[in-house]
Amino acid sequence: MKTSEILIGLGIALFVGAVLSPLASTWPDGLEKVAEHYGFISKAVEKPLTPEVIPDYAMPGIQSESLATSVAGFVGTLVLYFGGYALARGLRRAPGGTEPEKPAHEA
Amino acid sequence: MHLPDGFLSTPVWLACDVVAVGALYAATRKSQRQFEEKTVPLTGILCAFVFAAQMINFPVAGGTSGHLLGGVLAAVFLGPWLGCLVISLVLIVQCFLFQDGGVAVLGANILNMAVIGTGLGYLLFALGKKVWPTRQGYLAAVAAGSWFSVVASAAACALEIGFSGTYPTGLTLKAMLSVHAVIGLGEAIITTLVVTTVLVLRPDLVTTYPVEVKA
Repeated sequence: MKTSEILIGLGIALFVGAVLSPLASTWPDGLEKVAEHYGFISKAVEKPLTPEVIPDYAMPGIQSESLATSVAGFVGTLVLYFGGYALARGLRRAPGGTEPEKPAHEA
Repeated sequence: MHLPDGFLSTPVWLACDVVAVGALYAATRKSQRQFEEKTVPLTGILCAFVFAAQMINFPVAGGTSGHLLGGVLAAVFLGPWLGCLVISLVLIVQCFLFQDGGVAVLGANILNMAVIGTGLGYLLFALGKKVWPTRQGYLAAVAAGSWFSVVASAAACALEIGFSGTYPTGLTLKAMLSVHAVIGLGEAIITTLVVTTVLVLRPDLVTTYPVEVKA
């Protein structure tokens, strides 16, 4: 993939994660709805077992709810781009993986 | 349908964690083969896009929302094994960075969405494109497989809740299946739109698309 194509792909993901995300429906999802309806939603553990970093897809310290969501979406999308890139890169280098025949920028 | 901690009993989430670790090990081993260089940035883009798209809850009937799971989308581009790892990575980041989905039940969420959803959805897709080997057939298989991935994930989730004794299995299964049969339509629409668009622009990126297929 050309660098420009990678940037377009990442740009689309960032647009969805940072620009469209504040417009998402706030209704409960399918599982939450079923749990509410049957009354077992209260069994959900409120306090997470690990430290809260960006809880509820809202960047802490930002007053505006939409902006907090946008920033959280932007950060998460970037983290996953680099995480996915590193994952695939790692799999290629791991024993049994095939090494590239060509430099990355030509592929 | 990210399970929070508390919905599953300890034996059930422990069993799910064990099965998920085994499945991830298998997916990692399988993914180490069949690799082209373009797969590396493409994996990054798919992880990023699936995460972003999962933030977009769309309303479905009755005050309920749903969002893309993305398993079949990732598998159509990357094959089922790497596709499974993409969804797993998204779930892991959502769990530890965004506190979405419980920590103890992370294995259950990976099992439901990354392994069962992606795996069974991909199988239906692979079967569909084989029996209907045209471009239309391929896209129909994408739609059917992605719809089925959501329904299969929901069924697995409901069974785990039932086995945990949290709520009766039959009722949970019925409710989860009926709401996710609708959410799955959204999954099918988004997945098919994305695949159709990329097939027009860069068909070589869709690695499961057979080159000999007639337009």
